[in-house]
Amino acid sequence: MNQIVLQKLKAQFGDALLESHEFRGELTVVVAADRIVEVCRFLKTGEFRYDLLADLCGLDMYTPVKRFCVVYNLYSFQHRHRLRLKVFAEESHPHVPTVTMVWATANWHERETYDMFGILFDGHPDLRRIYMPDDFEHYPLRKDFPLMGIPGSLQLPKK
Amino acid sequence: METTATREIGRKSTILQALEDQNTSFTFNDPLENDLILNMGPQHPATHGVLRLLVRLDGETVIGCVPEVGYLHRGYEKLAESSSYHEFIPHTDRLDYLSPLSNNVAYILAVEKLLGIEAPPRAQYLRTIITELARLSSHLLWLGSMAMDVGALTVFMWSFREREKLYDIFENLVGARFTTSHTRIGGLAHDMTPQAEGMIRTFIDDFPENLRECERLLNKNRIFVGRTDGIGVITREQAIDLGVTGPCLRACGVSHDLRRANPYLVYQQLEFDVPVYEGGDSLARYYVRMDEMKESRRMLVQLLEKIPQGSIHAFEPKKVLPKKERIYTRMEELIHDFMLINFGVDPPVGEIYHAVEAPKGELGFYFYSNGDGNPWRMKIRSPSFVNLQALPVLLQGSMISDIVAIIGSLDPVMGEADK
Repeated sequence: MNQIVLQKLKAQFGDALLESHEFRGELTVVVAADRIVEVCRFLKTGEFRYDLLADLCGLDMYTPVKRFCVVYNLYSFQHRHRLRLKVFAEESHPHVPTVTMVWATANWHERETYDMFGILFDGHPDLRRIYMPDDFEHYPLRKDFPLMGIPGSLQLPKK
Repeated sequence: METTATREIGRKSTILQALEDQNTSFTFNDPLENDLILNMGPQHPATHGVLRLLVRLDGETVIGCVPEVGYLHRGYEKLAESSSYHEFIPHTDRLDYLSPLSNNVAYILAVEKLLGIEAPPRAQYLRTIITELARLSSHLLWLGSMAMDVGALTVFMWSFREREKLYDIFENLVGARFTTSHTRIGGLAHDMTPQAEGMIRTFIDDFPENLRECERLLNKNRIFVGRTDGIGVITREQAIDLGVTGPCLRACGVSHDLRRANPYLVYQQLEFDVPVYEGGDSLARYYVRMDEMKESRRMLVQLLEKIPQGSIHAFEPKKVLPKKERIYTRMEELIHDFMLINFGVDPPVGEIYHAVEAPKGELGFYFYSNGDGNPWRMKIRSPSFVNLQALPVLLQGSMISDIVAIIGSLDPVMGEADK
């Protein structure tokens, strides 16, 4: 199944697929950021019918180039198959197109990713923080955010 | 004449602004423009935790809703990045605290998939048993609180009586009633004692009759049916689009259960049905969960019959924690224990996503490993978080008194939604 999906994707979006690898039977495909919506729409409506976006999350690679990564875990009810897409974003320009118009469930997942990593989803209808307070200035799941937090970054109630 | 309700309320908070920016603007013929924004929670006894809802009301009808989460955010994903794979097991209890055993199993299955090891058959059977017991305990709590949300207090007492028996079983089986932390990489903390097995047998013998008692109180109860039938409707397409999983999805007519679709543990060897109901309303969700409890009981009977004897630890000395008495007497085990505790299991470089069918829906763990003893990134895909996103759709057009009943039928746990 993995190979069939990969070949179909290669035939359809040859240059948009940057790399792919398989680990423990799970296929991961790295897609160019500007083509992600197109690829997602094809996967959802095409023959494979990945109609469930099981999960979407951010990943901080902490490297000078391609620092941030957005991971999409898709699931197809029809084929009972999982597929993972990845998109990279630069630290200087952490922008990735939103997929909320393909799967509505991406809304909160993208808000969470923005909240935790500061990755901006272009075209998102309601991109605001979800877990942290609205006036919080940092992105907690970035690798340069210390585990114990930054003193004074959270406004506590006055005694 | 139609007027558009736009109201200036001094300095708007960002949340209120967002609420108004959503598609909650509406037109109506009422010259009084009597719409109201109601803030419900986070400290509300009926929202099942610290869930905050902003609802826009026209009279008693809900015309818009914005759920706000994050009041129980403890940053477990950040914590996981600095703790070893073993150290994180107790934290999984605190995710969905109504079925901690199911989280333990889900987490450990993902770690084992990353490591490429498998627990021996007896451990797999025991894990399936505890997962199904956890499902029963979670659904029983849901049954009690759901009935209480619509005003039936007796069912709450009766279902908690059953839960108490389950907690007694957990105490004997695991050693803890609530925060279980029962699984270990490659196995389990303890084997099942004959006494625990007897307790489970007694429980599943009595369970159908006790559940039937609850059903007799609810199935033909005019108030219960009236408060759930046709309330909180979500269509099949909307549910899939919003990523709803678990009993809520099966109540929309989608026959999807990961235990059947992508079998893990020993589900392939068990005979069970996946209850599916059309309708997508609160009543359908009630029926799905009731049937699921019966299926869980059916599975438990088969599991106790089929469970093999043998070890509950995989023979992987560099991955599985050795037994304490061997650490004190053997050199090899002492070295392995030292390495595992101080540096952790070293999985290969790679990434995996593993999901199980938890009582609330698809509970998944995504790991990105760079070969270190602790994960570079761990993501918890919690079903409650995703299911809560469907709340605005469910509440649209319902009455204010149904809000609580609809939240109850969705069965969210904020410990899991907020991570």
